[in-house]
Amino acid sequence: MTRTPILEAARLVFRRDLTLAWRRWDEVTQPLIFYVVVTTMFPLATTPELSQLRLISGGVVWVAALLSSLLALEALFRADVEDGTTEQWVLSGQPLGYLLLAKVAAHWMLTGLPLVLMSPIVGTALGLPFEAWGTLVVSLLAGTGTLSVLGGIGAALTVGVRRGSVLLSLLVLPLAMPLLIFGARAVTMAIDGDSPAGPLQLLAAIFFLALSLGPLAMSAAIRISVEN
Amino acid sequence: MWTWFHKLGSPPHAYRILGKMAPWFGWPALVLILVATWWGLWKAPTDYQQGDAYRILYIHAPSAWMSMFAYVMMAVAAAIGLIWRIKIAHAASAAGAPIGASFTFLALATGSIWGKPMWGTWWVWDARLTSELLLLFLYLGYMALRASFDDPQRADRASAVLAIVGVINVPIIHYSVQWWTTLHQPASVTKMDRPSIALVMLIPLFLMMAGFQLYYGWAMCRRLRGEILRRERNAGWLKEAN
Repeated sequence: MTRTPILEAARLVFRRDLTLAWRRWDEVTQPLIFYVVVTTMFPLATTPELSQLRLISGGVVWVAALLSSLLALEALFRADVEDGTTEQWVLSGQPLGYLLLAKVAAHWMLTGLPLVLMSPIVGTALGLPFEAWGTLVVSLLAGTGTLSVLGGIGAALTVGVRRGSVLLSLLVLPLAMPLLIFGARAVTMAIDGDSPAGPLQLLAAIFFLALSLGPLAMSAAIRISVEN
Repeated sequence: MWTWFHKLGSPPHAYRILGKMAPWFGWPALVLILVATWWGLWKAPTDYQQGDAYRILYIHAPSAWMSMFAYVMMAVAAAIGLIWRIKIAHAASAAGAPIGASFTFLALATGSIWGKPMWGTWWVWDARLTSELLLLFLYLGYMALRASFDDPQRADRASAVLAIVGVINVPIIHYSVQWWTTLHQPASVTKMDRPSIALVMLIPLFLMMAGFQLYYGWAMCRRLRGEILRRERNAGWLKEAN
């Protein structure tokens, strides 16, 4: 029996996840609604003045995007570990990192990408000027992508743990803090009219680091989780 | 020739050897810390800029150094346990985590106490303080992950992966004062050229660092013995020894 080429196998995993999510569409919209609700809380809690909200809009949009992504991450591997699909992947002999990366990519497309597309609207509600939209979208693209990989590592480590969602946040958020610092700074610099090239480049570097080494950590963590 | 090294991987031998090693770490640590305390509080002169309040440096800097050292040791032990599946290495990693977390907390607390009279603020979000706080979160996350599993083997291996993923923060802390010049003191000792601190103030700092390092060794011996006892509580060798 010939083995399936790895890219074909990864594509199958990707399509499977998208198909499954299509059948449970409401699960995809929940993080998005959470995003809008959380960003709405800030003007209510601080000030309705757009001129003042503009100062913190970069940070608020970023923090809300991180928290919303985290919501969906806990269930990333849970269903597959419970019904044994992950075990089959580990035993299949295919490079596990690619399969997991395909799964993370599907997850990003279902949660991260909608957040990124929603962010200019949410940002404008907080006083973000039109000129900063480009930086906002680019920084959040890299940021949510990296967070999906980091969250994948955390989810792989905590799959099956009781009340794992809080633990997952506790593990992923400290690792995501450099991301937040650079991403929010990029947007704030764009709002002030400075060039955000520096933080954006660092953000891109972090993204590629996560993309290259993240699957290694994820496959190690998954192997540990399905061992017993 | 390497038998003594391989023996360290066996819990009963390690327990015995650690018990013998502990006083060799402990007494010199006590002496060095006492001498450095006397020197730092009494003998070293008053700083012309900061007065006497600078003396908290003698606790603050060694704690911060040890917090990073302890994390790297924890990550290295975790990696050894993960790669070569040596249980003692996982036990060492677990034993070292609370020590490192305590050092991190001490560094943050003493830094905060120093900051108030010196720069008028208990806290500031500059690069080094933020990344040191991050280190505390990483320690706490590691200990939380460890505690969340019932199966000890899975706890070991999962937290080992986490420790290795988090080790990237340590060089960020160390080099943060070079990359971003902010409120925190830039590097005075480990720069490439001569240190920019007076020798009579530098010596107690080195003595205190050595004392803390030896204290870490002593604490690790004691905690690792306790960790071995906890893991091997049903083993035959322990029952026979009692």
